[in-house]
Amino acid sequence: MYKVVKRRQLADIITLLEVEAPEVAKKAQPGEFVIVRQNEESERIPLTIMDFNRDKGTITIVIQEVGYSSNLITRMQEGDSFVTFVGPLGQATEIENYGTVLCIGGGVGVAPVHPIARGLKEAGNKVISILGARTKDLLILEDEMRAVSDEVIITTDDGTYGMKGFVTHGIQSVLDQGIKVDAIWAIGPVVMMKSVANFTRPLGIKTIVSMNPVMVDGTGMCGACRLDVGGETKFACVDGPEFDGHKVDFDLAMKRSAFFKNEEAVAYGKVKCQCAKEGK
Amino acid sequence: MASKAPRHDMPCQDPIVRGKNFSEVALGYTVETAAEEAKRCIQCKKPKCVEGCPVGVDIPQFINKIAEGEHLEAASILKGKNTLPAICGRVCPQESQCEAQCILGVKGEPVAIGRLERFAADYEMANGTSKLEKATPSGKKVAVIGAGPAGLTCAAELARKGHAVTVLEALHVAGGVLMYGIPEFRLPKAIVQKEINSLKDMGVEILVNQVVGKVTSVQELLANGYDAVFIGTGAGLPYFMKIPGENYNGVYSANEFLTRSNLMKAYDFPNHATPIKVGEQVAVLGGGNVAMDAARTALRLGAKDVYIVYRRSMTELPARVEEVHHAEEEGIQFKILTNPIAINGDENGNVKSMTCLKYELGEPDASGRRRPVAIEGSEFDLPVQTVVVSIGQGPNPLVTTTTAGLELNKWGNIVADETTMATSIPGVYAGGDIVTGAATVILAMGAGKTAAASIDAYLMTN
Ligand SMILES: Cc1cc2nc3c(=O)[nH]c(=O)nc-3n(C[C@H](O)[C@H](O)[C@H](O)COP(=O)(O)OP(=O)(O)OC[C@H]3O[C@@H](n4cnc5c(N)ncnc54)[C@H](O)[C@@H]3O)c2cc1C
Ligand SMILES: Cc1cc2nc3c(=O)[nH]c(=O)nc-3n(C[C@H](O)[C@H](O)[C@H](O)COP(=O)(O)OP(=O)(O)OC[C@H]3O[C@@H](n4cnc5c(N)ncnc54)[C@H](O)[C@@H]3O)c2cc1C
Ligand code: SF4
Ligand code: SF4
Ligand code: FES
Repeated sequence: MYKVVKRRQLADIITLLEVEAPEVAKKAQPGEFVIVRQNEESERIPLTIMDFNRDKGTITIVIQEVGYSSNLITRMQEGDSFVTFVGPLGQATEIENYGTVLCIGGGVGVAPVHPIARGLKEAGNKVISILGARTKDLLILEDEMRAVSDEVIITTDDGTYGMKGFVTHGIQSVLDQGIKVDAIWAIGPVVMMKSVANFTRPLGIKTIVSMNPVMVDGTGMCGACRLDVGGETKFACVDGPEFDGHKVDFDLAMKRSAFFKNEEAVAYGKVKCQCAKEGK
Repeated sequence: MASKAPRHDMPCQDPIVRGKNFSEVALGYTVETAAEEAKRCIQCKKPKCVEGCPVGVDIPQFINKIAEGEHLEAASILKGKNTLPAICGRVCPQESQCEAQCILGVKGEPVAIGRLERFAADYEMANGTSKLEKATPSGKKVAVIGAGPAGLTCAAELARKGHAVTVLEALHVAGGVLMYGIPEFRLPKAIVQKEINSLKDMGVEILVNQVVGKVTSVQELLANGYDAVFIGTGAGLPYFMKIPGENYNGVYSANEFLTRSNLMKAYDFPNHATPIKVGEQVAVLGGGNVAMDAARTALRLGAKDVYIVYRRSMTELPARVEEVHHAEEEGIQFKILTNPIAINGDENGNVKSMTCLKYELGEPDASGRRRPVAIEGSEFDLPVQTVVVSIGQGPNPLVTTTTAGLELNKWGNIVADETTMATSIPGVYAGGDIVTGAATVILAMGAGKTAAASIDAYLMTN
């Protein structure tokens, strides 16, 4: 069993959980993910590895409540256990010394960017991080990101903290300082990754995004996670989840993740009314 | 003479009723029918049927025990050669194996060997007290990768020899295709789990949630105290048609479709949280067992019209005769000599139809089957909202691509010696679909058994 040993509420609907999973912790690398099931009736859902502690044998995940399964997980308390916690899965980030890199995280996407920024910093890069959130209260892991970055730029859609605007405004401000950017990692909502990729494509800056399609097994067996990358079908779970942002068909990816919307609403409705009954 | 009696039919759920439930279709022989069917066997001195069985089950012997009413004896004879008789009795392509060779088949109908096998195995599960013979420990450790029929059989055989066996399985339950692929209505999952539990009782350790190639590797297993490794990772990589529109919403691989329904129990949504969605019209591409399973599952999930879309004719369908027959009874529509060239979607990216071409049979091709040739101008649109692609699977790549020095063929299957199942790495053996490409349960089991014998010999000399 995979026990939650630490829980921290990062924002209203964003929760950090540190989970005992010694075998996963032994091998985990930045960019990889796990697939979890909360209980025996749960679906298998993918979550990025935000941090790993090989000595303690733990993996840290950060999860945002968007529906039924994420709700179950954000409600877990210290001492509760997952029935499935399998990983590490996917291809690790290609960490090397690129020069100056931007690590961009939008919303809950700041969490998966954290180990990548740390890895890139350790490899000798100058790391400038751009953290985006809708509003100040939804900004997460600022201190953790400062600890692994040379510079941190914050953007909020409503201007309640940092620069007012989107993460692309953050990129522009870096370029305006005359800084030459060698590579960019951008992780967040698909629309955000799409706009970053569109912004950097004409500039020719290498831009890596981490895709989050619907998954089932996470081992290349089902094809649920397929994406169109440069005209070729790729399986995000084994070929990714990181891909060249200039080649990903984001519109298709967005349509595909909306496929089960109605069913998800049914499941979410079920848990909501249960919570209401329990007075939560 | 007993052999003049006609072969006894398998009692089945009514086609209309069963099209709406996931309970097993074939109900199994009663004790009386089993005895009568068993008496049809003329107990050949040189039984041809045995030659048709890939694991050489002692067919006349076990059938004789059923005729005598010694059902537990019959089951134990079966288990001498076949660790999973309740499963094989249900899913073996008997008509092309043991029953194809039965002498009674020359002039009439063969003995229903598979049905009798199922009967004896079920009887034992219901009434038997499985006696565990724990072998004396050999002090040797073997790791088995993949808990499908190949891996499970290999593990059982090795445990019988006293070796300590650990099975590493990527999914959260053991069983491989038996759990995620073959539907409940054809192979109840409780039966698979009972068979797996009896392995655990024999002392086999089964660890789930272990993706070898990621969490550990073949080399690490060998370095960390395992004396030998068996790879039985199967053919789980789904192929797609490579036609336009294949990534639209509503296009599933058969693996995804069946995994959602079987393994994740999406048919019980929302009690089980994994969703599945089928339209009123469903096209299943392909003509094998997997396609039949997908089509019949779609029907049970509420589809109105389910089409099998297949390029050749009915006689070339690779699926088992019984499965095609069951599918037809349930109202699955066969659109043969038809092949899709594009899948069309609406503005939200949801499938709305499939553009197909009609075919006719031309000259025989390399395989000896008549080559389907497209008829010019035969293009038509088939309205469907769901497409299940079921045109075959390739080898699972996670182990093969992370094991240096492991010889593969041009399709990516592991190269293993046919008689020993040894791979290019000493102490590493492989068998089942990962070696042969998608085949059958019994062939995978046969390979697991052969490998276990070679591993035992290897362990005793090294
Ligand atoms: C490789 C990978 C890593 C991920 N890492 C994280 C992570 O670290 N933290 C985190 O909070 N989430 C992460 N996700 C997304 C997470 O898996 C989904 O949010 C979760 O499966 C939603 O389940 P649910 O039942 O709560 O919501 P659902 O009811 O399934 O969905 C609710 C809403 O979210 C949308 N949605 C569903 N699945 C996804 C998805 N995969 N991506 C985007 N939108 C989706 C639906 O269209 C729907 O509108 C990751 C996904 C992938 C593929
Ligand atoms: C829908 C369907 C219907 C079928 N119907 C029939 C039938 O009626 N009769 C018949 O005889 N045959 C049938 N078959 C074929 C039969 O099921 C297979 O030939 C057989 O299961 C192969 O056994 P295997 O042990 O080689 O592989 P599998 O059963 O595929 O098992 C392989 C196991 O290895 C695991 N694995 C893979 N990669 C890793 C990894 N990296 N680490 C750890 N574990 C891993 C997988 O999760 C899986 O559990 C059918 C197949 C399908 C898909
Ligand atoms: S294992 Fe299969 S082939 Fe062998 S006797 Fe049984 S049903 Fe026939
Ligand atoms: S060939 Fe047929 S009749 Fe002869 S032993 Fe086998 S099952 Fe019986
Ligand atoms: S999640 Fe099944 S293939 Fe990627």
